[in-house]
Amino acid sequence: MKKLLALAAALALLAGCASTPMPESKAGVEDRTATGSAPVEQGSSAATPVAPQAEQQANPLKDPKNILSKRSIFYEYDKYEVRDEYKPLLQAHANYLSQHPGDKLLIQGNCDERGSREYNIALGQKRADGVKKILELMGVKDSQIESVSLGEEKPRCTEQTEECYAQDRRSDLLYPGEY
Amino acid sequence: MRFALRAVLLLLALACSSAQAQLSIEITGGGANQIPIGVLRFAGEQALPQNISDIVEADLQRSGRFRMLFAGSVDPLPTEMAQVNFDDWKNRGGDALVIGSVVRLADGRYEARFRLLDIPRQTQIAGVAFTLTAQQVRATAHRIADMVYEKLTGDRGVFSTRIAYVVKQGSRYELQIADADGVGAQTALASREPIISPSWSPDGTRLAYVSFENKKPVVYVHSLVSGRRQVVANFKGSNSAPAWSVDGQQLAVVLSKDGGSQIYLIGADGSNPRRITQSSAINTEPFFAPDGQSIYFTSDRGGSPQIYRMGVTGGDATRITFTGNYNVSPRITPDGKTLIFIARENGRFQLKSLDLASGQAQALTDGQHDESPSIAPNGKMILYATQMSNRGSLAAVSIDGRVKQRLSVQAADVREPAWGPLFNN
Repeated sequence: MKKLLALAAALALLAGCASTPMPESKAGVEDRTATGSAPVEQGSSAATPVAPQAEQQANPLKDPKNILSKRSIFYEYDKYEVRDEYKPLLQAHANYLSQHPGDKLLIQGNCDERGSREYNIALGQKRADGVKKILELMGVKDSQIESVSLGEEKPRCTEQTEECYAQDRRSDLLYPGEY
Repeated sequence: MRFALRAVLLLLALACSSAQAQLSIEITGGGANQIPIGVLRFAGEQALPQNISDIVEADLQRSGRFRMLFAGSVDPLPTEMAQVNFDDWKNRGGDALVIGSVVRLADGRYEARFRLLDIPRQTQIAGVAFTLTAQQVRATAHRIADMVYEKLTGDRGVFSTRIAYVVKQGSRYELQIADADGVGAQTALASREPIISPSWSPDGTRLAYVSFENKKPVVYVHSLVSGRRQVVANFKGSNSAPAWSVDGQQLAVVLSKDGGSQIYLIGADGSNPRRITQSSAINTEPFFAPDGQSIYFTSDRGGSPQIYRMGVTGGDATRITFTGNYNVSPRITPDGKTLIFIARENGRFQLKSLDLASGQAQALTDGQHDESPSIAPNGKMILYATQMSNRGSLAAVSIDGRVKQRLSVQAADVREPAWGPLFNN
């Protein structure tokens, strides 16, 4: 969350950068004081340290156009089978992890709020383990993956509706720094 | 992660600070064959910060096993049997009467005497004197209520026990401990991540629980004496569902370190984990039978979650529940005779009891989201979590399903109740 905020702040500053010509052209009258442009310059330099993170185009995990940015697998009620539609997504992550043997993946299994909290820990674990198994069959090393369960404790959506519950029944794929 | 840990530690430092939110208890159903009893004011009790008789009366009433007779303004208050107008109480249908007195001692403490009288026989059933400080009024009153309850019902009283539960307020979770009447709540642990499955050690000095402060379930044992806690299970994968062995030396826990959710026995200090389930299916929610010889648990090995029993060292399991396709959260009454569990029927999750000898089942509640049952140490009441207008609250029901209570905290979610053990005194 904090990193997301930092990222958002950095992006905002970069956006400020792009608009530099405007204050400058305005400030053209009193060019020397340059009060308008100075903060922008400071801002752009402040953005520099976080720039590596902000270079999203270089990070396929964060590129919304890249399938690797898709991280959630959803399930039917009481079920833990991974539907075929998620195979391409998992294949992409398997390829990425094989190409980055130093990278680790955390799989968090989740459930909707119905039923026993402890049974839901076990059900979420079964969901996460199922994803782990598929990735291993696709060639990822066991040591690169940890599968854990959050049960029903961290719902994405908290209303008691089927739409909401469907969002809560999922496994999330998380790379270091994302949890 | 490190930040989360530090936050938890900081909050731990605040542990034992009194919690502001108090559980309030509302009785929503009455029991059968209630014993008519009068509890008179104790002569001189106004010297205490609280009336002993009020607490005794509230305890007895809450149990659902007594019908309170209006004590009115009996004047002068009897303190000895000879001063009681038995005919009057007999005419009012009374079976028993509690009278007492309080005097201040020279050292600043107090002496409280009480007598429990049999009205039809005009005899004394019990009479005890306690020496107490002003801080011990509630504890003394609960002990008196325990004695009255035990003498008249034949069952142990549980008014002196404590309960643990989790309060969620916004994104803050607190593991709290209160007296069985909901008073005197203290926070044992506060965290920004969920806390679930608190479980009392048999001697009542420690709580095992699952905390998510490391972004995954980890089992801790927390000493209520020192306020210190210890990680008991933090293996790769998930660690959850702690249950104490009868002797308090071991815990049954559920670990996924070797693939799937499996039940292990582990020392209460985290030593020597031994796997005792082998099936590739889900195995969770272990609960030791009171004789210490077997473990009840939930498994989906037959295609749907059902309750099974196996020996404490593992081996073959016997299926216990057969009706319905979702039976979970097994607990066994202290006499070993009754299984209490949660069953899903038509999408509703309700508390049920199953007589293990006859196989006869009974629905105890009619809620929508009832879960996490915890049986009182005398086996007569079951505390569980329920929902009221989309908010978590606790409720209690008697073992016969007739007496019902609701325990709620204003503006907060309450869940995960655990009824503490009896202390032998």
